Amino acid sequence: MDKANNGVHIQELAPEHFHDQSKAALADPQLRQNFRGAMDYLKDKRKTAFSDPAEEKRIRDLSEAIRQRSLSKLPDLLEQLESNCIKNGIQVHWAETTEQANSIIAGIAGQHNAKNIIKGKSMVSEEIELNHEMEKLGIECLESDMGEYIVQLDGDKPSHIIMPAIHKNKQEVSDTFEKHLDDFTPTIDVDQLIKTGRTRLRKKFHDADIGLSGVNFAVAETGTLCLVENEGNGRMCTTVPNVHIAITGIEKVVEFLSDVPPLYSALTRSATGQAITTYFNMISSPRRAGELDGPEEVHLVLLDNGRSQAFADEEMRQTLQCIRCGACMNHCPVYTRIGGHAYGTTYPGPIGQIISPHMMGLDDTKDLVTASSLCGACGEVCPVNIPIPEMLQRLRQEAKNPPKNNSPAIKGQAAAASKIELLAMKGFAFAASHPSLYHLGSWSATKMRSFMPSNIGAWTQCRTAPKPAGKTLHQLIKARKQGQKS
Amino acid sequence: MRIYPAKPVKVYFYATCLVDLFDPEAGLDAITLLEQQGIEVIFIEKQTCCGQPAYSSGYNQEAKTIAQSQMDLFTENWPVIVLSGSCGGMMHYHYRRLFKDDKNQTQVDNFCERVFELTEFLVNVCRIKLKDRGESTSVVMHTSCAARREMNVHVTSTQLLSQLDNVEIREQDYESECCGFGGTFAVRHSDISQAMVEDKTQHLSNTKASNFVSADWGCLLNINGALEYQGNPMRGRHLASFLLERTGGK
Repeated sequence: MDKANNGVHIQELAPEHFHDQSKAALADPQLRQNFRGAMDYLKDKRKTAFSDPAEEKRIRDLSEAIRQRSLSKLPDLLEQLESNCIKNGIQVHWAETTEQANSIIAGIAGQHNAKNIIKGKSMVSEEIELNHEMEKLGIECLESDMGEYIVQLDGDKPSHIIMPAIHKNKQEVSDTFEKHLDDFTPTIDVDQLIKTGRTRLRKKFHDADIGLSGVNFAVAETGTLCLVENEGNGRMCTTVPNVHIAITGIEKVVEFLSDVPPLYSALTRSATGQAITTYFNMISSPRRAGELDGPEEVHLVLLDNGRSQAFADEEMRQTLQCIRCGACMNHCPVYTRIGGHAYGTTYPGPIGQIISPHMMGLDDTKDLVTASSLCGACGEVCPVNIPIPEMLQRLRQEAKNPPKNNSPAIKGQAAAASKIELLAMKGFAFAASHPSLYHLGSWSATKMRSFMPSNIGAWTQCRTAPKPAGKTLHQLIKARKQGQKS
Repeated sequence: MRIYPAKPVKVYFYATCLVDLFDPEAGLDAITLLEQQGIEVIFIEKQTCCGQPAYSSGYNQEAKTIAQSQMDLFTENWPVIVLSGSCGGMMHYHYRRLFKDDKNQTQVDNFCERVFELTEFLVNVCRIKLKDRGESTSVVMHTSCAARREMNVHVTSTQLLSQLDNVEIREQDYESECCGFGGTFAVRHSDISQAMVEDKTQHLSNTKASNFVSADWGCLLNINGALEYQGNPMRGRHLASFLLERTGGK
């Protein structure tokens, strides 16, 4: 028996509280050390996996092309996927909203009188808050991915899409186990920690009524669901229980089976620096007559949840190219410092900053789209070449400006519109396009340099105020020309 | 990779608003470096700012107004040499995006093609050969993110420094990491920006280099401000000033 989850509540993390959450994260030196160390490790791994820049470019360009081709035919491919899955005996369900996705899964559970769901890693199940929703119906969801398991024990949420418990070091994992598991002897031996988790989970696979997984690639041509994993728990979830439910976003479809190997390679190299993962599952049907194992039923739940809004806009459609490798967060100087929880969204880091607005609207996520120095480190490593900084700039624009022709490009458009800021920007634009006015301004700044305020808000919390030079370049050049003449 | 033209007779010089106001000497030094290459440097007095503050804050209409006013100033088919990778990136790369599908897109494309950052122009167009006349010293350089990732000119800045025989180049940890400036990001998300700039100053300081240079005044405003706040005597200078000083032009 596991100890009761006394006093631990799921923290109310939300993107609206980004400022407070990031401030709290920055003030936690252990957290910062954990993230910096882990991100350094993952960056190195990726670098080694892409040691040849020409090969890296080839793989990324190919992966981008495959994803763009798939997205360009998305509606057709989804229909093809559905019909081929049905042919294979996989039942297909469509969910426009997270509520619909949960009610579909609850419905399947109801048909089987299921009380236990064992889960492989699935970010989409986090997106729909499956565990929480099922708990309300008296159905227990147990995470079987080691990181997710640790996070779940603590009543916590994943802080990274690939490494859910990356915010914890081994001591903290041991502390978690000690707090929640009976007969556990504290240790910082990683093998021992993993063994502890695996032993406890083993029986759960056997007892579960339903196995639930995500999908990395759904192949339209063959109706095959591909699942990438390292721990073998994904295979257990999709083969041991009698019912398997796969849930994924509608963008995960690819056209051909031959599209999978390049994307798989791009994914594993970018995520963990592996040439290949320990397990790669291709699920193409329930148990067939004469087969000894495998589920009797396989269900596929396809979730929209704002994706079709991104799809409708040619530029923002690029956000759907994502194959969820997490490289953008590993390389992001902001994510590295504040970690995943601070974002308050299912998907943190740069990719989360550009897809969350489609899922949740800009009202809630407006602070996320500005939380980047636009340094470009994310775009530089994205395996499918999503121009993430450009997407952020675009979303800033949508957050500031009212819709054109009264049709909002995105939910919550203009959520960050500010009359004062707009006026200031208009003033700046007017001055910058009227040189005499502009130069009067900079000339005054040089004259007033001794009287510049030493405290200018947020800037001076860690810097001195910038001091203009005694003369502008414009003035110096004028003087230089006169000097040359005389 | 970009294809570079033959060395021209005349160039336009784009100082950027930050150099104009905070380090005009760097502007003069860059002009001198170009003139030493036998190039006539034209400084259009009506130039102001590239419009990046408006663009990166999401005010495209305002950014376009500024961009158009700047492009209108550089009518001759001469290269426009920009004294910053960040403003260079704005004018070479983002102007195109700003005016995508606009009626004057051809004019914009033509302008963007003519925009060069100073160091790439000195190395790839002028094929400059620097003669170091200074005492032996050490230097650490911070390259702006736009210079590195949009303009790919971290390569040319390093090439210029490595031409100086008596200058030892010191590498900082996390060299390619952002200093945390990002324009309005520094004030909108001041706590995150602070964490970033404090790491940057630490990494720069750890090199114990005698000189600190950068080819972007945005980053310098941020890093120098933090260094001064911390009471750290290290100060960054514009790369152009350092190069001119080393080669005896100052």
